[in-house]
Amino acid sequence: MKYLEDIGSYFLMLSTVFSRPTKGSVIRELIFKEIDELVINSLGIVAFISFFVGGVVAIQTALNIENPLIPDYLVGFATRQSIILEFAPTFISIIMAGKMGSFITSSIGSMRVTEQIDALEVMGINSLNYLVFPKIIALLFYPFVIAIAMFLGIAGGWVAGVYGDYSTSEAFIRGLQSDFITFHVIYAFIKTFVFAFILATVPSWQGYYMKGGALEVGKASTNSFVWTSVLIILTNFIITSLLLG
Amino acid sequence: MIRAENIHKSFGEDHILKGISTVFDRGKTNLIIGQSGSGKTVFLKCLLGLFEPEQGRIYFQDEAIQDMDEDQKTKLRMDMGMVFQGGALFDSLNIEENVMFPLRMFTKKKKEEMVDRVNEVLSRVNLENVNRKFPSEISGGMQKRVAIARAIVNNPKYLFCDEPNSGLDPRTAILIDNLIQEITREYNITTVINTHDMNSVMEIGENIVFLQQGQLAWQGDNSQIFKTDNKSVTDFVYSSDLFKKIRDIQLEED
Repeated sequence: MKYLEDIGSYFLMLSTVFSRPTKGSVIRELIFKEIDELVINSLGIVAFISFFVGGVVAIQTALNIENPLIPDYLVGFATRQSIILEFAPTFISIIMAGKMGSFITSSIGSMRVTEQIDALEVMGINSLNYLVFPKIIALLFYPFVIAIAMFLGIAGGWVAGVYGDYSTSEAFIRGLQSDFITFHVIYAFIKTFVFAFILATVPSWQGYYMKGGALEVGKASTNSFVWTSVLIILTNFIITSLLLG
Repeated sequence: MIRAENIHKSFGEDHILKGISTVFDRGKTNLIIGQSGSGKTVFLKCLLGLFEPEQGRIYFQDEAIQDMDEDQKTKLRMDMGMVFQGGALFDSLNIEENVMFPLRMFTKKKKEEMVDRVNEVLSRVNLENVNRKFPSEISGGMQKRVAIARAIVNNPKYLFCDEPNSGLDPRTAILIDNLIQEITREYNITTVINTHDMNSVMEIGENIVFLQQGQLAWQGDNSQIFKTDNKSVTDFVYSSDLFKKIRDIQLEED
């Protein structure tokens, strides 16, 4: 019963987010602020993780294919497929559920605890539109983060593969180019948009409806990570079944 | 003027407000007092429209908030200023941006005009050279003054304060009380203050509403509250050792 109530309150929140819009000049400023805080500030960690995980994928693939019948370009091919299909869109999003999600939940939760949300409401401002809408719009730029993750993941694979003597540069690049299906990239970006929406709204919902004090802000951040991750995994399964199944 | 008629509010099984009817006058500092759990905050939030009462009506001038559509409510809220217990200043904005916030939201003033108005109200609450500071960089008393400045910047008709001097030293608390009273008279607004501070009652209680267990138990001003024989009021007033001693001294003198 509690879960049904939660789902109901999430969708009610969404309907309020898109009603009674905040003044245009104010919302524009908030969107730029959110792009900076959520998107730009995530680039460093995303770049670091992508580069090294890409390298690990290339090394692991190379170490597990010592059969001479398997073509030498497979390292590049497997790295590309793993990074584009799953690692960049899905696993980076789960990492972002921790970084971005807990930031969103704790910042909105703190505003709830310190009555800043009540202050907005008393002034006649639609607090959900003011707080959540700019995050949704800012995260329309999230696919750029994922595109960078894809590029750096593959670059990390190339560096580890070539400089670690697991593959040649020529074979790795041939692997990257072989059997390339454009739809795989489209599929990756379709799910990235869905994950971006989940990343903007689920942590906001957790923060906005939390009750209590500082301890509960921490609990809400943890819940936010759990809910966001679970939803990302579930929607990943559904989208993959629909688009590739 | 604000008029509340027969306000009832419950949360689940708990019947918090049990038919409160009262009037808050314009140009006066109206105080809601009572012990913790008496329903003060719930009543204040009903007046603010943050809680919807199950029964009863709240009139602003002669219009009931219950009869207003969303647009009318939004318009009414633009006429309200609120000072929250902790100030509720926006952490991410500096003092100037905090005070300017209602102007940016609801007026079409130019930036320079807004800055002038912000400086005007900041100097009215005796704050200068704090424009670029953030709420975390100023003291609790200063935060309260900034909250008052933000509440009055858009010339509201109604000012609500939830325990405006809680957590402040006695001297700053009196300064805040006096400031609110001065502003109330100067701008001729209807001010409603939620407090359990007897010093505030003594200083600025021009119209005092005493709540007990969700009901209006007594109403009067600060000269009457020390003379009433209403037992619940005297129990509340003289629960403080200081006021007991004052009463004993007065009795001895008499």
